[in-house]
Amino acid sequence: MYTGSMPLPPGEFAPPHDEMAESTAIVVGTDLVQVSEVSKAMERFGERYLRRLFTEAELSYCLESAEVAPSRLAARFAAKEAALKVLRLTDQSFSWRCIEVARNPGGWCYLVLHGPMRHLANEAGFVAFSLSMTHEGAYAQAVVVGQRRKTLADERIKPTLS
Amino acid sequence: METISGIKQVLKEHGRLATDATALADDADLYQAGMTSHASVNVMLALEAQFDVEFPDSMLKRGVFSSIATIREALETLTHAA
Repeated sequence: MYTGSMPLPPGEFAPPHDEMAESTAIVVGTDLVQVSEVSKAMERFGERYLRRLFTEAELSYCLESAEVAPSRLAARFAAKEAALKVLRLTDQSFSWRCIEVARNPGGWCYLVLHGPMRHLANEAGFVAFSLSMTHEGAYAQAVVVGQRRKTLADERIKPTLS
Repeated sequence: METISGIKQVLKEHGRLATDATALADDADLYQAGMTSHASVNVMLALEAQFDVEFPDSMLKRGVFSSIATIREALETLTHAA
């Protein structure tokens, strides 16, 4: 097996030596939500459903138009669930509103963790999150990537290339 | 017994299970039976209406909604606390 550094063909991406990258691990979470399920829940449970899951800011943006509200809300629910998968919560209690999808002026979305959720993420060593959401017709999807400090357990499960 | 049948009714209507909720064992894993996380929210809201309780954030754990038995336990805690 050749273990030395391989010369890259011209134009290939060569990651620079990066201490941050070497000391942190990447965790990915994703979720898919059926938009019609969100519409049904809004009809069945109304305000109770909305207030339980979403923050004021999320509702204010998503409910701008009745037509797109279920898709926007479904994407945000998927983002919250994807974040929970990244955080690997098993028996900890949580509030859906402690994971918020915020928008910057350019329209790009990012995660904001509040209160106990922020504390849990800090405790687990997370230093950054990245979010991507999409919706098309019947489905909405989100992917969350979390970057956290490596632990001894990560060193033990280091993947090997062969 | 009444609680169990009420829970099964809610699961039947809102759990989106792949199997018949009324035939499920009390300790059967509801997530394995097809309940999505979004469906678990619907189940929680429907249970609140059916049993006139409110699940506080401290009880919102994946484990609380993982089986009929764990839901019953949570409802008993809530109704005794009221």
